Amino acid sequence: MNKTLSQEKRRVLRADHLSLAPYTVWAVLFILVPLVFVAYYAFTDDNFAFTLENIQRFFVSTSTVFQEDGSSQEVRTYLLIFWRSLKLAIISTLVCLVLAYPLAYIMARAKPRTQKIFLTIIMIPMWMNFLIRTYAWMTILQDTGIFNNFLTLLHLPNIHIIGTEAAVVIGMVYDYIPYMILPLYSIMAKMDERLIEAARDLGCSSFGVLRRVIWPLSLPGVISGITMVLIPSVSTFYISQKLGDGKIMLIGDVIEGQYVANNLHFAAAISFVLMVLLLVCMAVMRKLAGRRVEGGL
Amino acid sequence: MRPIAKFYTALLFLFLFAPILIMLVFSFNGGNSLSVLDGFSLYWYKELFHDEDTLGALGNTLILALCAALLSTLMGTAAAVGINKLRSKYMKAAMNTVTNLPMVNPEIITGISLMLMFVFFGRLIGMRTSLNFGTMLIAHITFCLPYVILQVLPKLRQMDPALPEAAMDLGCTPLRAFAKVELPEIFPGILTGLIMSFTLSLDDFVISYFTSGNGFETLPIRIYSMTKKTVTPKMYALATLIFFVILLLLLLTNLSDRSDKDRDDPRPPKRRRKKTHAPS
Repeated sequence: MNKTLSQEKRRVLRADHLSLAPYTVWAVLFILVPLVFVAYYAFTDDNFAFTLENIQRFFVSTSTVFQEDGSSQEVRTYLLIFWRSLKLAIISTLVCLVLAYPLAYIMARAKPRTQKIFLTIIMIPMWMNFLIRTYAWMTILQDTGIFNNFLTLLHLPNIHIIGTEAAVVIGMVYDYIPYMILPLYSIMAKMDERLIEAARDLGCSSFGVLRRVIWPLSLPGVISGITMVLIPSVSTFYISQKLGDGKIMLIGDVIEGQYVANNLHFAAAISFVLMVLLLVCMAVMRKLAGRRVEGGL
Repeated sequence: MRPIAKFYTALLFLFLFAPILIMLVFSFNGGNSLSVLDGFSLYWYKELFHDEDTLGALGNTLILALCAALLSTLMGTAAAVGINKLRSKYMKAAMNTVTNLPMVNPEIITGISLMLMFVFFGRLIGMRTSLNFGTMLIAHITFCLPYVILQVLPKLRQMDPALPEAAMDLGCTPLRAFAKVELPEIFPGILTGLIMSFTLSLDDFVISYFTSGNGFETLPIRIYSMTKKTVTPKMYALATLIFFVILLLLLLTNLSDRSDKDRDDPRPPKRRRKKTHAPS
């Protein structure tokens, strides 16, 4: 009896390992190996001989930029673009956080039925094609677009937005804000309301409750929201093409451009640098946040 | 809700829906401008239904999404069952990391990495263009898999592990125990995973952009090439139709959700052990 049972158990175990096998093979072949190929292409030339040229090109390539006053300046082409991508992505992420945080709180405190309706409302735009939505923003913000027509109607001076960094930020915030709202909401919905009441009862001000109770408890949601907005915005290329009117080059544009021009090795080198930097950023952020979370509780 | 909260929510929702509103309105434009209205007409809808390329792309997208969703759900569910039974802490951590990789990596890198591999092996076997329906399907399955696993795994963890064991003690084979006991328990997760991968695949642009080729065009790629040229309200007509299909789907899932709950309600609530609070 005992023996048959253990045999049976072994068979079950083997079946479980078997069920994991296809995915394991798939993950190795199509998740891990392709990443190795990024590194392989990044460090080789067209004949697949080892070279550091592609990586070097990313860091040292220079070009001349003409200022508005006519003077010119030598700049590191790709480092400048990379810095701009990071800057705009961080700004967009912060704007998303500031806008989404109150909304998530309002949602989490609403009636269950209202919560469900709000969730659906937020998810509808996510299901629409983001190319068309981004394009629609372009027609809204254009010099002859709907927004400026509206301003003219009110006898206000028109504004020029398309082709500026502000337009790219608007696009990023618009496209990715649901990814900030949803994790914030889901963590706030789980928050124990009695903790907030207790803080109030013990004489905490509204701001104190926010700073000492709500914010520390919502930190995991904040972190995952930041990750989910920062990563797509730092690597986007469509938003900058349309709303930046091709004038605001981001790192995604460079990768896409090199892919179209069939410079696969350089495209791989930029992707490799981007990937490594993002992984380091995320690790550092998680570490810092982890300490904060522990300290806060 | 306080008035200020209402106002704030309304403002943000207006921001979220402004472009969609614009699309709805301008798809009925009589003229061909995207910012000046020129009378009401259904002209662009008629145009859309005569656009063979777009209709073809729609067909391609649906086929691809269906294949990707079914295959990734099948493989993902099996993987979740396996991961749930893993004993070793290191194996679990390794699986977790690998599964999270496509979700934390920027899409552009996932796309580029797969493309590089396909091109490399394509050249190795002497093909001039190595990107086709197959490579796209592989790419789509790859980015859908984590979402399926993350939907099914929690359902498995919620399930009482004694249930399938009991079934086997009562003479079920492991496969039968899985089909009769585990599968019904985790089915909601599988269904959500299936729907999620279907919609993710339908809507994906970035990864498809890098892994498509050989004339196989999906709708997002078609839209991308449309926006490279002058765009007519035809694209908005397409978007409007998609919008109403999505709305319909959401309403249907909401309704089925509600009927699920109605079915659940008559069941007596699960008895839980009362938590005893230690006096502080």
